[in-house]
This record gives sequence, C-alpha cells and structure tokens, in this order.
Amino acid sequence: MKNMKTKQLDRRSFIKVSALAGGGMLIAFYTENGLLAQQRGPAPAPTPINPNTYIKVLPDNTFTIVSKNPETGQGIRNSLPMIIADEFDVDWKQVKIEQADRDDKYGRDMGAPTVGQIEGGSTATPQNYQPMRNVGATARAMMVAAAAKQWNVPASEVTTGSGIVTHTPTKRTATYASLAQTALAMPVPELSSVKLKDPKDFKIIGKPTPGVDNFAIVTGKPSFSIDVNPPGMLHAVYEKCPVFGGKAVSANLDEIKKLPGVKHAFIVPASPDPTPAPAGAPPAPNVRWASGVAIVADNWWLANNARKSLKPVWDEGPVASQSSAGYLAQAKQLSSTQASQTPAGGTPRSAKEGDAEAAFKTAAKIVEAEYAFPLLSHAPLEPQNSTAHYKDGKLEIWSPSQIPQIANAAVPAGIQNSDVTFHLVRAGGGFGRRLVSEYDIEVSKIARLVTDERAKQGLPSVPVKLLWTREDDIHHDNYRPAGFHYFKAGLDASGKLIAFRDYVASHGTTSVIPANEFPRGFVANFWVSEGQITPYGIPTGALRAPSTNGVSFVMQSFIDEIAVEAGKDPLQYRLDLLANPLVPAPPASPNSFGAPFNAQRAIGVLEAVRDMSGWKNRDKLPKGTGLGTAFQFAHSGYVAYVVEAAVTADKKLKVNKAWAAIDIGSQIVNPSEAVNLVQGGFIEAMSHMMAWEITIDRGRVVQNNFSQYQPTRMSQAPPSIEVKFLKTDFTPTGLGEPSLPPAVPAISNAIFAATGIRIRSLPLGSQGYRWT
Amino acid sequence: MAYKLTVNGKSQTVDVPGEMPLLWVLRDVLNMKGTKFGCGIGACGACTVHVGNKAVRACQTPISTVNAEVKTIEGLSADGSHPLQKAWLEVDVPQCGYCQAGQLMSAAALLASKPKPTDSDIAAAMSGNVCRCGTYLRIREAIHLAANGRKS
Repeated sequence: MKNMKTKQLDRRSFIKVSALAGGGMLIAFYTENGLLAQQRGPAPAPTPINPNTYIKVLPDNTFTIVSKNPETGQGIRNSLPMIIADEFDVDWKQVKIEQADRDDKYGRDMGAPTVGQIEGGSTATPQNYQPMRNVGATARAMMVAAAAKQWNVPASEVTTGSGIVTHTPTKRTATYASLAQTALAMPVPELSSVKLKDPKDFKIIGKPTPGVDNFAIVTGKPSFSIDVNPPGMLHAVYEKCPVFGGKAVSANLDEIKKLPGVKHAFIVPASPDPTPAPAGAPPAPNVRWASGVAIVADNWWLANNARKSLKPVWDEGPVASQSSAGYLAQAKQLSSTQASQTPAGGTPRSAKEGDAEAAFKTAAKIVEAEYAFPLLSHAPLEPQNSTAHYKDGKLEIWSPSQIPQIANAAVPAGIQNSDVTFHLVRAGGGFGRRLVSEYDIEVSKIARLVTDERAKQGLPSVPVKLLWTREDDIHHDNYRPAGFHYFKAGLDASGKLIAFRDYVASHGTTSVIPANEFPRGFVANFWVSEGQITPYGIPTGALRAPSTNGVSFVMQSFIDEIAVEAGKDPLQYRLDLLANPLVPAPPASPNSFGAPFNAQRAIGVLEAVRDMSGWKNRDKLPKGTGLGTAFQFAHSGYVAYVVEAAVTADKKLKVNKAWAAIDIGSQIVNPSEAVNLVQGGFIEAMSHMMAWEITIDRGRVVQNNFSQYQPTRMSQAPPSIEVKFLKTDFTPTGLGEPSLPPAVPAISNAIFAATGIRIRSLPLGSQGYRWT
Repeated sequence: MAYKLTVNGKSQTVDVPGEMPLLWVLRDVLNMKGTKFGCGIGACGACTVHVGNKAVRACQTPISTVNAEVKTIEGLSADGSHPLQKAWLEVDVPQCGYCQAGQLMSAAALLASKPKPTDSDIAAAMSGNVCRCGTYLRIREAIHLAANGRKS
C-alpha cells in the first residue's frame, strides 16, 4: 500500500498508517489488552502487524472507528469507540462505527481460554480503557504534528477540537482530512510523547450517549443475527434428545422429506470426544456437538412444522435416571455428614481459618439455616441461531456469539480455521448464554452436510440458517448452577460474629463455593467446604455475574439473619464487620481490575445507599412494608442496594422502590447505558426472585417456555430504581454483571423486614408468593 | 394457497399454507425482518404487529385469519418520525433492542386508544411485552414523553 509505514509504539502496541483509496487515511493499531499481554508472557507481539483497531479519516472529515467486541446489549459499540473518539478529539456525530469480524489477531490463537473479542466477565472496559485512550491520543498527536509542519509553527501553539486543528495565534484552521497527506509523510510519534487528555476535558467519555444502533432498532431495520438473510438461504431446525447426553438413533426421515417445503432431513451423529491438548499447549477448542435430527426447508415455519411429524428414536443414556428431587435428597444426605470431597482446580473451593467448631462451643448464640437456589436458564429474547454457508471448502458464518474464538466452526465443517470467515452480528441479549455457541457448531455441521447432499444432486451450495425454538433454548442451555448451603454462625454475648461455617452440596466444577467471600477476613473462625452431588449430568455455565448471582443471595441473606439475631441494624452490622478486618488491609493499588476485595470501597457504597434511601427512617414505614439491604463485590465492582418492599398477608409482593450505590472506579464511560444496565440488572434479579427455576425430571428440563419461566413484566417494575455512581480514584471497571447479584438478597431482606419471614430458597413463586 | 393482504399500505399476495403464522409470512416470505420471533406461543410480545389498528401477536395469527390491514414496525415510520420512535431515541431505551419493535407496536396501539395513558394504563397495555434486559422504566418514560412531551 502506498505511503504505508509501521512503527512500534511500545513493547505491546504498534501503529500502521496508510493512504485510503479516494483520499483520506487509515490509522491502524495493534494494541494488546492487559490480560492477553500477561498471558503471552515474554513472547514478542506478532509481526507483521495485523491491526486490531483503526480509525479511518475520510475525505469529508468524518471518521470510521472499528468496534471489535461482540454487542449483546451491553453498549460496547458505543463505549470503546467513544473512548477513542474523545482522545482523538472529534465530535461523536462525526463518527461511524464498523463491527469487526472475528479475527485471530484479537486473541493468541483459536481455543485460547481468554481472547480479545469477548462479551463476558465485565472485562471490556477495564481491559480496553487505557489502550483505546492511547489509540485516540496517538492519532490526535499525528494530526497536531502534521498541522505544525504544514504551517511551520510549534506544535504547542496548535489545538484541536471537532476534527479540526487550529493555530491559536493566527486562528488558521485545517481539518484532519486535509492534513492526511502531510501526516502520512511524517514519522509516527513516540507513545511516551503522546499526551492524554485531563479527564476534566473529556467531551464524549462520561456524557450520556444513545446507542449507535438505536435508529435501526426503532425503525425495524435488520440488525440481529436472526435477520441475516443471504440470497438462496434455507432454514433449519435441529431436534436433540430431551435428555442431556442422549443420542439420535433413527427417525422417520423418508416421511419427513415428503412434507411441504422440506429439502433435507438427516441425523447428525454426536461429535467424537475431543483429543486432549498436549502438555503445555492451550486447551483444545470447544467443538463438541450433540447428536440430533436436522430438518432443512424453504422457510423456518415449514421446517419447524415438519418437526411435529418427526418420530425420533433416542438412546437417552444414563442421565435419564437423574432428577431435581434426587439431587436435593443427596444434598440433604451430604449435609448430614458434611463429608468433604473437594474437587481439584478452579477457584478456591474450601477455606478454613481458625477453629469454627471450637468457637461454636463457646458461642453465646448459634444461628443455623439451610439455603438453596435453583438451576437457571439464561433465556435471552432472541432464540439461539446462526447462519452458515459451506462452499468450495470454505465456510462463511454469521453469529451472535459472545466469544467467537471459542466455538470453532471449522472443525464440524471439516476445514481449517483459515478457511472460515466469521461475521459477528448484534445479539438479542447474551447474559452469558452465548459464551457457549454450540449453535455455531451445529449450523456448520448442517451447512456442510447440506452442501454435500446438494452436490450429489448436482445443485449449487446454499447458506443455511439454524434457528432454535424457545423450547429448544430452555431445554438445551448451560444452566446457572444450583446451590445448597448449610450455614452455622456463632455470636458472642455482644452479638459479634465469632464463627462462620458454610457447607455446600455442590455439583461439578462450575458450582459456586464462597470460600473467598465476605465475611472471610472479618471473622476469626471461618470454614467453608463442599461435598459433591454425583452423578450430575446437567450442563452448567456462566449466567450474568457467575458465582455471585447465587452466592450473594445466600451469603447476604444469612448475614442479615445473623444481624437480626444479634439485635443489630443489618446495614450497620455489615459496616461494623467491614471496619474490623482480622489483618489490616495493605494500601490499595489504584489498579482495580482483578484486585482483591477492598473493604473501604464496600463501606463507601453501603454508606452511600444508606443515605440515599432514608434507611434510618425505616421504622416509620407502614405495616407490611420494609427496607432490606445487601452489598456485593463482583467483577471488580462494588454495589449496594436498599429495597423497599410491601407484602400482603396473602403473599402479594411489590417492590416500591430501589436505591443502588455503585463504585466501579474513576470514570463511567457512558452514563446513559450505565444506568440502563443497573436498572436492568435489578429487573433481572426480580425474575430470579419470583419465577425462575429450571427443574429436572428423568434427565430432561421440565419447563418449556416463558409461560413456565416468567420474566419480570412491566406491571411489576418499580416506579423508580435510583442509581448513584461514586467517583473514586480506582481505574474504571465493568458494569454488566455487578449490578445483579446483591439485588436478590436486598429484596429478600426487605421481605423479612416487612413480614418477619426469612426467605431461604428461591424462587418465591413456588412458596405461594405473587407480584401484586 | 394464495392470500392477499395489505402490509404498511402495500398490497401483497403470498402463496402459503393457511395456518402459517403472519410472523413467518412477514419474516421469511415478505422478507420484513423488523418483527421478531421470541417464544412462538404469544407469551413475550416480540412479534407484536397491528391488524386493523389492534395490537396482535403475529406468531399466533394464522395468515388465513388476517382480514384487515397489517402494520409492522417498518410501517410505524421508516424515518423514525413517529412520536414514539422519537421518544425511544431521546430516552435511549434499548439495551439489546430485540424486544423494542414489539414494545413500540404495543405502545402505538395504546396511544391510539388512550392518548394520555397513566402508569397503570401503561402497565396494563405493555405487560404482554417482555424486555429481558429490563428497560421497563425507560419504556414507561418514553411513552409518557411521546404522549405529553414530558418524561413522566
């Protein structure tokens, strides 16, 4: 490319500058996020440079900024480009966003456990905030240098704004676009010489900025994965065994093929078991798929209608003997012995500090309680789907995946990664469901088989869209793990917590063991251990705020019980615990991403929410109305809620109001989206509270659709969810997840305050409660 | 069988089985992707359209029963000029955005019958529309804004 030049900015970032056909310039960057850099260790960044972020300066002085991460409603197509645009010093209205395809340049390689394009773990903001600022500021510095050269003036006399450079003393101006040719001929600045904005000068970061796709959404333009419609496309459904791990043996395929509009019908055998990766190599990519029956037709309704006539024969396999009732019975049995069977690996799964057993003997008061929460399905509103075209040994795929590098579409199609073109498409909600995108694997397999069948008939290949039904989605999820907690606490005569015990009946490695949760570090005798329910054949995975989305309910509810038993104000009891760590905390680093629990920040959000909510006047509320509180440290963020709930004698529940105080560091990138995410997290928590429960009978999911898995509705939404962000000196962290977990116990603690009835299992709907 | 229908003012003829739901006629036959599939049982409202000015669930409406003009999100206004669309943009309602076409169509039917709805009117009219992301507070605010020029 003409005028192209490349420069290494520092050990982990590069810049490449080139002319655009038709004028203008492309400023492209390779920036490695912090976590990847850490994982890569001493390895050098790749050469030749394969830019993963870029700004196009177009001749009309507008700018295109690439957005690399998947968009599922968290607003990342706004927030990362906003950071670049602000430091580049252009106006947001001059910017257009371009969605990046999946590309290995964003991650180390296929199958890497952590990759550069992910919507998950509330990682995008903390990982990209600084690199994106560097990108924008470096590009701005190039424009300043070009103008200074063109006018032969010192760069210090030059200012920028709205994509225009101004020589202050003479009021001369030049657009970025007009400076492109000069900038192309100049050396790229050293990153160390590039000055970032003082945050008080931000014009875009920190300003409420509506979603960039809002116009397309409100006018019904094709925007989502389900809307992808390449020419000639056929439509597929895929019926899998209702029992987890079951296999398709046979089906009345000849009959199905005669039905209106049906073009193909075949059995897809299950994937071979993956070959373990050699020692030291990255884990093998997740390329397993379940066996099933595919029906491919002219339109989706015809394919799904044909499914009603399908008579599959299944080999249900061993999971068919398992049920929720059996798991609960085993949990109770385990709790009676408290036998520890801690499996290896993963996060800390047990903790023993001091001697809880001995302390219980000296305690003035013992509090014991059993808590449980169920399996949950994610239920994003857009059912799982993906579209693929296998042609001449190559695969093109359009997917709503949250983590496109993980589900390797090449393997089921029988080709190499380099032969896959993977387009990321806006998803109708994620919530962790699309961290497992087996529909990509399924559609790749189906697309390959369809092309092969058509080739035998002398027909050209066609794209195929696989769309699951809502029932498929609820029956074949990777569910939020259930939890069974058996608590015991010891208090001294003053009500002080002196011993804390949690025995967890868990299942599999995704079960959550709160071995590192508050009140650890604030109680002298602390003991958490687990016993495994086995066999356990239900696939589990990450739901929004994995681990704390269930554990916050049990821990923050039990802490509330302890406070009440101690005769103390539940909010003040938490503050008192937090103020008295067993060992003084070391000075906190300003870098908060992945940092350990910081009690001062938890105190900050609790005090803030106390003051916002009128907590001290809670005794003046009418009978049957109460305030509950909870806080949670999750995904590097600190969130505390107070909830006002009203409960009638016949268990009609209403959330009157909620207050949230949140500390996710020094900067909220997009306050409009941030408030929306917090309110949405609270509304989701209401679904967890009242109605969401997946139960298993004979190895299959009992619930079928929203009628048995009711999400929160408009009529139940509180009039107000007041959100306050505390601005602290810590680096900005993510918000997608932290807002959800403590909302659940804040509501259940409010129910206790209103009624004196302690909620120890979820959902409430199975205990006679209804929304007012 | 051939069915004649008018969608957003335009006459269309489709040759499909009579029991085929309007949703799939719109999406897969007429290639209008604005109306969304969410549950297939009329429990989520993602597929809400107007048939003869009434909000209906297109997934539960066989094409053979469609006996009045159909209006979809594409027909609310293509340029975003409907007061509800403008309010949705001003309030920045969407998160994932998948439910919002159905929300807008339910809200449009509400305002057509009740130009100044109260919170409880909104709750009654909108509770058939699920927003999995939980944008209900903003939907409520946007409906008030479209109705009164104020947010509440």
